[in-house]
Amino acid sequence: MRPGQSGLVVEIKGGFGLISRLNALGILPGKRVVKISSMIARGPVTIEVDRVQIAIGFGMAKRIIIEIDQ
Amino acid sequence: MRKILLVGNPNVGKSVLFSRLTGVRTTVSNYPGTTINYTRGFTKLGEEKLELIDVPGTYTLEPTSEAEEIALKMLKNGDVAINVVNATNLERSLYLTLQLLEGDIPVVVALNLWDDTKHRGIDIDLEKLEASLGVPVVPTVAVTGEGIKELVESIPEARSPDGPPRSRDERWAAVGEIIDHVQHIEHRHHTWIERMQDASVKPLTGGLIAVAVLVIAFLVIRFIGESLIGYLLDPLFNTLWAPVVLKVGALMGGSGFLHDVVVGKIVGGEVNFVESFGLITSGLYVPFAMVLPYIISFYFVLGLLEDIGYLPRLAVLMDTIMHWLGLHGYAIIPTLLGLGCNVPAVLSTRILESKRERFIAATLVSIAIPCAALQAMIFGLVGQRGGHYVVIVYATLFIVWVILGIILHHSIKGFSPELLIEIPPYRLPPWRIVLEKMWMRIYGFLAEAIPIILGAIVIINMLYFFGVFNAIANITAPVVSGLLGLPKEAITSLVIGFLRKDVALGMLAPLALTSKQLVVASVVLAMFFPCIATFVVLLRELGLVNMCKAAGIMISASLITGGLLNLIL
Repeated sequence: MRPGQSGLVVEIKGGFGLISRLNALGILPGKRVVKISSMIARGPVTIEVDRVQIAIGFGMAKRIIIEIDQ
Repeated sequence: MRKILLVGNPNVGKSVLFSRLTGVRTTVSNYPGTTINYTRGFTKLGEEKLELIDVPGTYTLEPTSEAEEIALKMLKNGDVAINVVNATNLERSLYLTLQLLEGDIPVVVALNLWDDTKHRGIDIDLEKLEASLGVPVVPTVAVTGEGIKELVESIPEARSPDGPPRSRDERWAAVGEIIDHVQHIEHRHHTWIERMQDASVKPLTGGLIAVAVLVIAFLVIRFIGESLIGYLLDPLFNTLWAPVVLKVGALMGGSGFLHDVVVGKIVGGEVNFVESFGLITSGLYVPFAMVLPYIISFYFVLGLLEDIGYLPRLAVLMDTIMHWLGLHGYAIIPTLLGLGCNVPAVLSTRILESKRERFIAATLVSIAIPCAALQAMIFGLVGQRGGHYVVIVYATLFIVWVILGIILHHSIKGFSPELLIEIPPYRLPPWRIVLEKMWMRIYGFLAEAIPIILGAIVIINMLYFFGVFNAIANITAPVVSGLLGLPKEAITSLVIGFLRKDVALGMLAPLALTSKQLVVASVVLAMFFPCIATFVVLLRELGLVNMCKAAGIMISASLITGGLLNLIL
């Protein structure tokens, strides 16, 4: 996913803890997210969901499976 | 007395609401995790006195972090919960609301940041929301006080609707239904504030913005601090206070132990406020004319950055670098707070997830981050010898911060968790809040520092008088003179550094050090050992064993660094 692109969350590949932490921030299957930016050197990814920006560490962000809008 | 809890997501304005309701001042900022402990206060409902508790922000009642565990525990003892909800982000907030409603505690919902919904194109149908939740919903604007009265009056209406407990997925589904039903969002074009928000988390523009923000912050802090000293406080002390000091000195006979404690040493009939070390000379001049101006300017600028909402963005930019030190980006917040005072900095390490991170962050802050009081003295005393000496002191501390962080990261077992934070929108700073917070922090400095500074001056005079310092100086001479290349009397400053580092650095002034010695002494003093206030919170936050480890690291790191500086410079 490139900055500026949007898509739907399909799945979060992770354990109960990760899923509930991401859910709490509004990231759950079916939600539309927009990628704002990502830092160089596998730094955090910033996305927008429900009009709020969230910064997610690279490893966690990798586990969020997104279907990119055409 | 009934206990009313303020419960809600992080950064929805619970603490502002709390201050409004109780008149108790609390620290509020525009980033999640400002409130790390709970605060109590009181308010009145008619004739009834109520106890109000500001609970740290939490997204859910499933205990996944320390703050959430605290929140959960406190809920069990409360009588009514005021659920503070972010009106601009109902989707996020309602999950917690539903969880609260499933419990036994009666709930009222405060729909905060209500004024923001209008210009963000968000339309919420209050009546429908009240009907779907089954509890009173009161729109509030905590910053201006709108809706506060109505909120208090709605407390007797608080309810705990009956309903079966839901699973997590059912709850999210229910949130979705309510949102579809009550909220309507108009699509709008991006405003310039939103463009700035995006730009400040992108690698290139974000980096440039960060550099610009930090440079401007530094220049503003210097400008305000120096102006206060040069145009207000120095003239005040030199023209108005100095004659009074001389009179008092003459009245007390011009010498003797008591004279030295009160007035200090007066050489050649002129008052030297820095070097004389009396209660009414250095005891007042150091805190008021050297340190206070920088406390004012630092906290003014920090408050602005906090309330605009810049700090979480800095956390995103710094994340990769902080990972080298075994931390993640959010550790930048304790680090910046530490540039003001190490005490709140160590406390704020609670926003970090693991014990390991908290240990690394707290140790690094207390070793390599000089507080505003010490920095003011470094600028005052080292700065006289030339700006490049100040740069050497700062560069050394920065290098120590990085190297020590890398060492700790690789020598302590465990891993560093990843960053996961909500980035608040930029907000124009509410001036009343910025100024109130600055005043609270300045008052905190005056109330805590002045008694210790005055006490330290009495102790210094006594230790000199009874020759204790000479005895210590002779014992420690091999290290102080041999390793660090300082006159053996410099140990007195390190000893007093345990009380206050600003006074301690001031004690170096009469020793006629060379510039190199002054640099070495400043660095060692900054790193050697935390001041007593920081020591107490470190002990409380880390526990005895880890505190001893941290202290061992501090002492050895400072001696190594001081020794190396002595060789290189």
